[in-house]
Parts: sequence; C-alpha cells; structure tokens
Amino acid sequence: MTAARRVDVLVVGAGPAGLAAAARLALAGAGRVEVLEREARPGGVPRTCAHGGFGTWTRPLTGPGYARLLTEAAERAGATLRTGVTALDWAAAGPVLTVVGPGGPETVEARAVVLATGARERPRTARLVPGTRPAGVYTTGELQRAVHLFGQHIGTRAVVAGAEEVSYAAAGTLRAAGAEVVALVTEHPSAQAGPARAQAARLRHGIPLLTGTTVTELLGHGRLSGVRVRHRDGRTAVLACDTVVFTGDFVPDHELARRGGLAMDPGTRGPAVDGSAHTSRPGVFAAGNLLHAVEPAGTAAREGARAGRAVLDHLAGAPWPDPGVPVVVSEPLRWIAPNRVTPAARPGGHVLRTGVPLPHPVLYVRQDGRLLHRRRLGPGTAHPNRTLTLPAHWHDRVDPEGGEVRVSTD
Amino acid sequence: MTVTADGPLPSTPYDVAVVGAGVVGCAVARELARHPRLRIALVEAQDDVGQGTSKANTAILHTGFDATRGTLEARLVREGYQRLSAYAAETGIPVERVGALLVAWDEEQLAALPGLAAKAGRNGCHDTVLLGPGELYAREPHLGPGALGALHVPGESILCPWTTTLAYATQAVRAGTDLHLDTPVRAVERTADGHRLTTGRGILHARHLVNAAGLHADTLDRALGHEDFTVTPRRGQLLVYDKLARPLVRHILLPVPTALGKGVLVAPTVYGNVLLGPTAEDLHDRRATETTADGLAALRDQGRRILPALLDEEVTAVYAGLRAATEHEDYRITAHPGQAYVTVGGIRSTGLTASLAIAAHVTGLLAGTGLDPGPVRELEPVAMPNLGEAFPRPHQRPDLIAADPEYGTLVCHCERVSRGEIRDALAGPVPPRTLEGLRRRTRARAGRCQGFYCGAAVRDLFERGRSAAEPKGDRA
Repeated sequence: MTAARRVDVLVVGAGPAGLAAAARLALAGAGRVEVLEREARPGGVPRTCAHGGFGTWTRPLTGPGYARLLTEAAERAGATLRTGVTALDWAAAGPVLTVVGPGGPETVEARAVVLATGARERPRTARLVPGTRPAGVYTTGELQRAVHLFGQHIGTRAVVAGAEEVSYAAAGTLRAAGAEVVALVTEHPSAQAGPARAQAARLRHGIPLLTGTTVTELLGHGRLSGVRVRHRDGRTAVLACDTVVFTGDFVPDHELARRGGLAMDPGTRGPAVDGSAHTSRPGVFAAGNLLHAVEPAGTAAREGARAGRAVLDHLAGAPWPDPGVPVVVSEPLRWIAPNRVTPAARPGGHVLRTGVPLPHPVLYVRQDGRLLHRRRLGPGTAHPNRTLTLPAHWHDRVDPEGGEVRVSTD
Repeated sequence: MTVTADGPLPSTPYDVAVVGAGVVGCAVARELARHPRLRIALVEAQDDVGQGTSKANTAILHTGFDATRGTLEARLVREGYQRLSAYAAETGIPVERVGALLVAWDEEQLAALPGLAAKAGRNGCHDTVLLGPGELYAREPHLGPGALGALHVPGESILCPWTTTLAYATQAVRAGTDLHLDTPVRAVERTADGHRLTTGRGILHARHLVNAAGLHADTLDRALGHEDFTVTPRRGQLLVYDKLARPLVRHILLPVPTALGKGVLVAPTVYGNVLLGPTAEDLHDRRATETTADGLAALRDQGRRILPALLDEEVTAVYAGLRAATEHEDYRITAHPGQAYVTVGGIRSTGLTASLAIAAHVTGLLAGTGLDPGPVRELEPVAMPNLGEAFPRPHQRPDLIAADPEYGTLVCHCERVSRGEIRDALAGPVPPRTLEGLRRRTRARAGRCQGFYCGAAVRDLFERGRSAAEPKGDRA
C-alpha cells in the first residue's frame, strides 16, 4: 500500500537553492515545508567541494561548511529535511509527487512544489568522446565524491578535460588524492578561470595548459592507458595517463521538470521561468542550477530565497502569471536565464553564457526589431563558461503582446 | 556451486568442457547441466560471463522473419525465439513484444516490402502487415518526414541480453557446472581419453569439447585441425539515448535491406532507453571494441533522418560490439565425432535469440560424438532480478521494501537501483568481479549521469561487498 501525505510546500533537492527556499518559507510561516533529498545527507554539490570559495567576504567558508550552514538554517527555521528519499514522478493529477525511500513508496501532495534538482556535468558518453570504455574515466562530481567522501584511490597520472573554475578544482582534488596532473586541456584559446588560479596551477604546480586542444579518443582496455588529443592545427598526440576527468559542460537535472510537463527552455535545457521562479505549471516553481547550469552556490541560494518569496505570494492567493514573453539568445550566446518576461515578476537580473570568447562584447536586447536595451559588458573579453550578467530594467519596455525578446551581440 | 577466477584448476577430467561463456556457451552449459551425471566445465578467458559479443548487441529477440530459408540459422532462430520467450517469462528476463516496423524511405525499399512479407510468411511469421504512410505515422508520430510505408512484424521483441546470459550461467552453476573465469585457452591437444587444454591457469582435462569461443572460435578450431571458417569481426557501434527519449518511439524501427546494404535501427530498450545503431565495419583486430568519431557521426546522421527529435536528447552510453561474422552465410555448427568435439562457430547477431535452440542442437551433436549424457532432470528454476521498466522494479514494490528497507534505499538515482539490489548481486552465485559486471547485473552507474552522483558510492559498496565475499571465493 502506498502512503499518501499532504504538506504545504514540497521542495525537491536539498542543495543551496532548495535549502534557502525552505528556510525562507519555514521562517515566514508557510506551514509544513518539507525538503526531499535523494542523497544520504543534505547540502548538494558544495558538500563534496572540500575547498574554499563559499560563503561571503566576511565569512569565507569551505563547500562542506557552507552546506552545513544552509542545512542548519533550514532546520532552525522549521523545515523538515527528509534525506534518502527520491522524488520519482508526478501523480496523474494535481501537484502530487510519487516518492520512495527506506519507508516505502508514498505520494506527497503539496500546495506548492519547488524544483531545485540542480545540475550535473556531461559525462564522457554524452560528450561523444570516442574510444574504448576503460576504468579511470571521471567527471569532477564523481571524482570529488570518491576522494572527499570515500577516500578512494584514483590513479597516478591524470588529464583534466576543461580549463574553467571547476577544472582547476578537479586538478586540486587529483593532487590531493596523490595523482600527478599531466595537463589541462581546453578547446578554447585560453583558460576560463580567474587568472590567479590559472597561473598558480601552471607556475606553482607545473600543470601545463593545452589550449585549442580537444580529447579525441580514450585508449586502453580494462584501465585507461592514455588519451589522444588534437590541436586546432591538426597535430595529434597521446598523453599517457590512467585517469581522465571530464569537467564542466553542465546540464540541468531536468527529469522531474520534464516528467511534469513543464515548458522547457531550449537554451538552458531547464524549465522556462519568469523572474520569480514561476514555471509554466501552476503551483510549480524552480530555482538554482536546474535553471542555469551552472552558477555559484551563492547565486543558487539567493535564487532559492527569492523563489520562497514568490511561493508565499502564491500560497496567499496571488494569481499564477501568464506564460509571458520568451527571452532567447542568438549565437554565439548559448543561453539566458530567467527566460520569460512577465510584468509582475521582474528578476534582479539575467545570467547568460557565450559559446566563444567575445572581446569587448556589447549585448543588444530587441523585441520585434525594436531595440530595448544596449549594454557594454566589460572590460576585456567575455569567456565561455563564465557568468555574464544583464540587468532587467528594460523589462518595462517589453510589449507583453509582442513577439519574443532576443539578446544578441550585434 | 563453484565459480573460480584464480588458483589451480581441478585435475580430475571433466566430461565436457565448454570453451567460451558467452550467451551460447552459457546456454550449452545450462543444457548439459540438466544431466546430473555429467561433470561440466565452462571455461572463459575474461573475468565475467557474456563479455564478448553477448554484452554489446542490439538486444533484440528476433522472430527470424527475414532468415534465409533452409539454413540452420533460420531453424534455430525460429525455435530459439519460442524457447527463449517461454524461458524469459519463467525466469523474469525482461522482454517487451514491441514489434518491428521495416520503414521504407524510397521507392526501391517500398517495392521490397511485399517480398519481405512473403519471406516472413515462409519463415512462419504469418502476422506481418503492410502499412501505408498514414498508418505508419499514426503508429510512430515522431518519425522523420518522407517515409513511404512499412512492414509491421508484431513478434519482434526487445530483451535484456545480460540477464539472459547470467540466467543461463546461474542455472548451470547451481546445477553443478564449474565456471572458470580468467582462464584463456592457449592450446589444445588430443589425449587417449579426450582433450588436454593448456590455459592461462594451468591444465584442464575434458573428454568432450565444445567450442563456443565466439570471436576466437576459428582459432580454437584450427588448433584442432579444421580449416572450416575464418572469423572477421564486424564492429557495431551504438548510441544509447536518455530515457526521456523513450516516448519518441514505440516499435523497433528497422531498415529495409537493399542492394546498398543495411541501414541502422532505432529501438527502445527494456531499460527504457532508445538505441541507435549499429554500424557494420569489417575489421581484423578482435579487440577493436572502441568507438570512432566517424562511426558516431554516421549514426547520428542516419538517426536524424529516422527520428529527428532523438538527436536533441542526451546520449547516455556509447559502445561497440564485435559480431563473429564469417565468410559463410550460415552458422558453422559441426560435430567431429572422431575428436569428441563440437564446433559452434559463426554465431552472428542472431545468437542471443537462437541460444537455447543452439544449446539443444549441440547437446544432440555431443551424443553423436560418443557422449553418454545419462539421465535428465528439470533444472531448479531461477528468478532473475528485473532490470526492465515494463515490470515492477524493487523500488516500486511496497511489499519488498516493507520486508527489507534496503530496496527503498536508492543508490544509483538515474536508474533507481537500490542498495538491496547491489547487495544481492554481490552475493549472487555468479557475482560480478568488476564495476562493469555489477552494472550489467543491476544497472548501477548505467544511467545518464554515468556515476557523477552515484559512482563513488557504488564503488564503495562494490569494494566492501567484494572484500566480504573474498575469503569464500578463494576457498572455492
């Protein structure tokens, strides 16, 4: 027999966005606020990031420290955290989720659902990297869990595919696990991490950065024996290694969003949302890196709290906004979030990404050919895989009856 | 129950040694194990059963509708389809009778369909139906534009190849067969009363020999003095798409074979993914199971035409398998009575379907080589863990979780594999020796994240489960 329960707000995912939303809601007296977390512990990705860079200037924290802080805040506020419980799917009608845990299957009905299911890195397979299928092939996520949560042996010589912040974090984890980092490899002409970090890796730890280079084949039967790389100019080489870590290239974990029939944004591959986390399905909100894979944990947490405010309005009887006007990007921009404009829900701002380096970029926002806003990003070059921001004050000029809003670089 | 992977091999001679623990070798061992008086060895070069062609195929249970009439393959596929359908239902191997559509994309292919329907009828498939474009698109609304019609073959089914092989091996081992893994056969000599196999783990004696060595069957056959066939590995690369793509396709979408060769298929899998492939590349290297950029690009080009929306979905897995193609159009199953030896060669992609029929056929041939199988009994039935989406998985069963909460504790979230299932697999009669082996038994780490979330946790359970099982394994 499947048990059935009712709560006021059901939050799916106890990462920064979900925990911050739950804390805000519980504190504001939203009733029974429950957070489902499929992992054994709450905290989300920061829990596995055993390095600094979290928290605030005044209170710097490591990833696990930040995860603890958010968890305690949600619990203190009165939210119920249920770990080891997986949200599987939606029941046939209503905002009802089917879930399972050690206590068995149950359905949970909620007046509002907040999806905060986060993002993952594309593994080697999804990147279509050819070759054999040896052991020793990781994503940063798996590597960090293996090293920091389980203390597992990794390997002796490792190649890191990618040169963004997360790639340098992976290199650090590899070194902490006793592996030599043979090289970081990026298709782009330069690292996409902060210059201090990139330089420290190169100069202090002697890790070469191969730019304009892609991993084109994995070699070895049983255990990885090397990776073949190709430079933009056509040269190829084999880097001998027993470990390769595919970093970055995040995609939202959108299974539940799609199973719920939410309208999806083709750019982010997450649910389409307005500035207040409303999805296309009444009663269902979304927050965090499910919407933009990926932004820093602090951004996800702020967004979760913001979604919490919108949930409170919804519980108080505010009408569900119309779908709104879509916001899309033109190449080489890859995506923008939030990606719906509704009059009632102006976001603090948008985040977006470029697919190629853009020297001295200027962003143009147009609707039906009409220029709504022009903004110089800068100074310097906008890099792929790094946050670009666009303020939202131009929303006032959007014609709610007009066509899509397009953001481009020309 | 004995499964070994190291240490010396038993010195007393076996009645039968089956070389190769792929789906065919395991099926033969299982069939022989029905005879309690026989001592049987199943000898495998790799560290698990089903590690060659059996693990990397298109996972289809064929009706044999397009088989060449009069061949042994045609007969064994047809018979094997019946046998395996019944066996799967009995043991819990997931099978879905989704049916196949041979989709015609040009006039030549359309013109070939009536002939294929007639051929199917001659092969005993009388329920095929020709569909016009309207009916075809009603059945497959996501099919790319330009299809002219199709032949519907309702009996074509999808199944789990790993569970099939493992079920055979499990029953054989439970009935007393010795499974020797990591035991490559390096040489074979005739002795006064049978065969002396030199393996990577020492000498093994057997009165009768079955060669089910798959890609290496010709090598073993030559060692016994036969020049009957040469295996030319035919590589098939495949793409496995995300489970979110599953609603895009309802049938196995087969290409219509024409003079220009075979195209690729798009098929659902019993796990709820969608398969695109295979390529067909004749190679010489019998270890060349790597995928290539060209191969994957070609598959995607063909897939884009068949099911355009598929290409927007994430790829969950990429793999390549080698089929044991030979220069002959039929299986090479031959008894050599003077040598107390049966060759089971040239078993191509249909081998999974035909496996139980091949096993019965080979057992009959063995009797002709002087083997007295003695009395026969029915084997203890085996209930395999369900990996299929069309049947309740453990996490969907309140009764199971109430009795043991470990089945409600999910470790691999993408594939919804519980700690209970991983524990059971590690304690099974033919336990996995690698994480890959665990994946084939449970689907742990087989999902879209490929271990991003669960990889380290699954490895931890595997390593702890293995170290707990190790002392027992050493004594065995």
